[in-house]
Order: sequence, then C-alpha cells, then structure tokens
Amino acid sequence: MLKIKNINTYYGKLHALRNVSLHVNAGEIVALIGSNGAGKTTILNTVSAVTPPADGEIYFDGISISRLATDTIVKLGVSQVPEGRQIFKPLSVEDNLELGAYLRSEAGERKKDITKDKDAVYALFPRLGERRKQTSGTLSGGEQQMLAIGRALMAKPRLLLLDEPAMGLAPLLVQEIFRVIEELRRQQGTSILLVEQNARVALRVADRGYVLETGRVILEETASELLANRDVQRAYLGKDKKEIWER
Amino acid sequence: MKRELMKFLVFAAAVLTAPLFLKGGYIVNVLVFVGIYTILAVALNLLLGLAGQISLGQAAFFGLGAYISGVLTATHAANPWVAMVIAVIAVGAIAFVLGFPILKLKGHYLAMATLGMGIIVYIIFNETVDITGGPSGLSGIPNLSICGVVFNTDMKNYYLVWSFAMATILLSLNLSASRIGRALRAIHDSEVAARILGVNVRLLKVQIFTVSGIFSALAGSLYAHTVQFISPASFGFNVSIELLTMVIIGGLGSIYGSFLGAAILTLLPELFRTFQDYDIVVYGTVLIVMTMFMPGGIVRGVPLLARSLLVRVKAVRSSEKRV
Repeated sequence: MLKIKNINTYYGKLHALRNVSLHVNAGEIVALIGSNGAGKTTILNTVSAVTPPADGEIYFDGISISRLATDTIVKLGVSQVPEGRQIFKPLSVEDNLELGAYLRSEAGERKKDITKDKDAVYALFPRLGERRKQTSGTLSGGEQQMLAIGRALMAKPRLLLLDEPAMGLAPLLVQEIFRVIEELRRQQGTSILLVEQNARVALRVADRGYVLETGRVILEETASELLANRDVQRAYLGKDKKEIWER
Repeated sequence: MKRELMKFLVFAAAVLTAPLFLKGGYIVNVLVFVGIYTILAVALNLLLGLAGQISLGQAAFFGLGAYISGVLTATHAANPWVAMVIAVIAVGAIAFVLGFPILKLKGHYLAMATLGMGIIVYIIFNETVDITGGPSGLSGIPNLSICGVVFNTDMKNYYLVWSFAMATILLSLNLSASRIGRALRAIHDSEVAARILGVNVRLLKVQIFTVSGIFSALAGSLYAHTVQFISPASFGFNVSIELLTMVIIGGLGSIYGSFLGAAILTLLPELFRTFQDYDIVVYGTVLIVMTMFMPGGIVRGVPLLARSLLVRVKAVRSSEKRV
C-alpha cells in the first residue's frame, strides 16, 4: 500500500533521513521505533509532504506521491495525527472534527455523510461525544489525543500516520488509545504507520517494526521478533544486559 | 444561525433609523466616517482576528483605493462607479500578487514587511506629484450618484456608506461562520496542523489578504467620493495603527467588535478635541490598557467583567447577610 524507496530528507543542511526504504501492506500496523532524533517523525512528515524528500520515491497504491502537495496526498487517503496532537485549542471539539473533513466538504460531499462520520467518531470515543461543544483546549491530554485521532479519521483515510499517540498519557489511557487503533484496523481495514517512544506498547499491537538510528533503518523484523531481539530489548525496551544474563 | 440573523437584523434596523433621532448636522457627518472605518476595521479583522496574520500597512490599500478612484474621476473624468470598480479590482490584484511573497513571513517579520509596504505606498502618494498632486492633495473628486440622485449631503452619504458597510459586515459574518472561516481559524492556531488536514495554507492566506485589500479599497473609494478631496496624510502609518487599535479594542475575530472599535475611535476624538496632536499617544495608551485588562476586546471583555463584578457583589451581599 505504501512503499518508500531510498528517500533522503534534509532540514536545511541537516541530513535527517539517509536512504530510507520501507513499506506498509494493506491492513497492516507497522511501528517505527528509535531514540530521539532518529528520524521517526521526519518519515511521517516526508510521506505527507510537510517536509518533502530531496530525492527517492514514495508510492501510495502504486501512485508516486513524492512530488505531490499535502492536500493532494490527503485527498488520496493518507491522514496524519501529528506529534504533540496539534488540535485547534480555541475551537470546539465539533469544529476540530469538521476541519478533519475539510477537503471532503470542499469536494462537495453531502453534510449528512460528514455528520454520520462525526457520529462514528463519537461512538469510537464516547467522551468526545459528551464534550462536543466544549473548547478543545480544555480537554484532558487523553481526550485531546482522541480528538487528534478522530480528526484524522474524518478525512476517511486508508493509511493513518500516527505520531506518538501515547506521549504523556497515563497507562490506562494508553491502553484505551491502542484498543481503538486495533479496532480501526479490524473494523475498517485501515493501514497504520505508527511512531512511538513507548516501543513495548507499540510492538504489542504492530505486525512489523522498523528500528531507526540517526536517520537510517538498521533493522526490519516482525513485531514479535523485535520484542525478543536482545539488542532491541537493551536499547529500547529498558532491559539492561545484566537482567538478560541473569535470566 | 437564526440568532445570528436576528442580531444582524437588529443591528441593521439600528443603523437604518439612527439618523432619524439625530436631526442631521455634524454628528451624521461623523457617522459617515464611522461607516468607512467600520469597513476598514472589519477588513483588517478578517486578516488579523480570523487568520492571525498581522498587517501594519492596511492604510496602503485604503489609500490606493482612494487614489485610483480619485485620479480616474478628477483627472480623467471617468464615471465614479466605474472608477470604484476599477479601484477595487486593481487593489485586489495588487494584494494577490504581493500576498505570495509577503505572507511567507510570520510574526514580527510579517509586521515589518507590511509596515514597509504601507510606507512605500505613502511615499509614492507624496512623490508622484504629477499624478496624485503630492502632499497638497487631489481635489475636485465628484460625488457618486444613482439615477440622478447625487450623494452630496451628509444624510445621503450616510445611507450610501452604510449600505456598503452592512454588505461588508454580512459577507464577513458569513465567511467567518463558513468552512473557510473555520480553516482560517485553524491556520491562526497552527499552520502545520491545518496543512496536515489538507488546507492549502499558503493560498488561503493570500486569498484572505486579497479580500481584506478589496474591502479596504472599497472604503478608500467611498472616502474619496464623499470627502471629494484626498491627501497622503489620510493614508499614513497613523491610520494603519488606528485600524489596528479599532480591531483590538473591539475584539480579535469579532465582526461587530470591529464596528464598536471603529465607532469608539472615531467618536472619541470628536468628543475630546483637546487631545489634538496627541491622539497617537491616546491610541497607544488605549492599546496597552486593552491588551492588559481586556485581551478579548470589548465584545467579549465587558460581559466577562460584568459577570465577575456580579459574582463579587453577590459574595459581598451574602457575607453581609451572615453578619
């Protein structure tokens, strides 16, 4: 579904992604793990053309999207939940969701269909439904994350780019968010490319994972293999060498 | 939605009947200017309050509208209505072309660039003496007229200017409540997030800049044809700051607030003539006090203040009862 071939991305002179290649199959959840500054967020931003690649190719459903503008890519069915949620805090929950469907209403889609999808988001996150008229800046961190995901879903994506959905959330809320992510895949067959610092939680829901280091992909395996990989355990899952020895 | 319509109808009725209570005279003349400045303040509010893009050069569009209209009619004897249409289209085109490079800038840099734009245009008005008459101004601009009715009295001009002002307000209210208005507020809050949702941020910013320029040019053209004399002093840096003060006093993003701001800043100097040359000092003070104590502007700030006062009064009363 998504195929990234040898992309390089720069921030000014900084070489952020070096010959990165990866793919996401239809209906698959793929996790990107790595430490700060490894280039996880940059990969998502490069796919959605927020920071377009300098060279290399990105294909979505066989169409080359590496030279397209963000709005065209969203129209094709790629939605991003940005790092730090980035919901529109002065606006109401409902307005945020409406903005998620911006391109659909621009294309003249009927209001009824958009309202139906809004209700679907409220069904997925009942707490948003209770707060639909509330200014979204007054929501709790977990609710804001739900809103960010709901907003991205309003564009009816076939591929969802999720950036750090668990960041700063209590363990119970992290579980709730990941329950919804799995449900999305099961019910709608949405493919998901997931960036997460919390590698353990991410790999538990993911099918496959890529490990990044300083802008390079250094490892690609199934999620269960990565969870069992000792180097990964030591570097990203918080187990030190001694602990592994002792077992 | 219905409540919004009711509000607008009440407002329109008030505007329509106001001169009946005023018996004409000087105050109606002042209200003509309130109308012109309302258009200008609403235009700036769309850009600043809605989309969050600052402009310190709104007077440039105002002046260009006035001068294009003035020169075409006074020097080239064009029909005033035709001149108005040409002025609006020309300024819209200028704003659209300038918008692409200027709106790439953000925050302080955008403020500087628009400030520069205002100053350059002001200098052009002063220096192109052959066309604009330079610092001594351009006179002999004809009034507008419809089917033989010439808009040559304050009362007639009141209805002329205010019908355009009401149209501007109605259009702006609609724009603000629409999908586009929502997208503009999204840009105001986070450009990256708006972009990720598929909003064409760059184009939309240029478009609202253009709309703002068009409304300002309309106000300029109305100004030229009602006052019949224009000089660069009416379109200088002070005017841009005055407009900014109106928008902030009224409340960022509040269309009726812009009207209130325009009314207050136009009427106050008339009431306090003693300030004279120190008006810019008064604007500065008002701007500082407002941003400190009523950052939401009058429309949002006064109810908030009233509510907190009411709570305090109630608290005092209940404590008195206990004693």
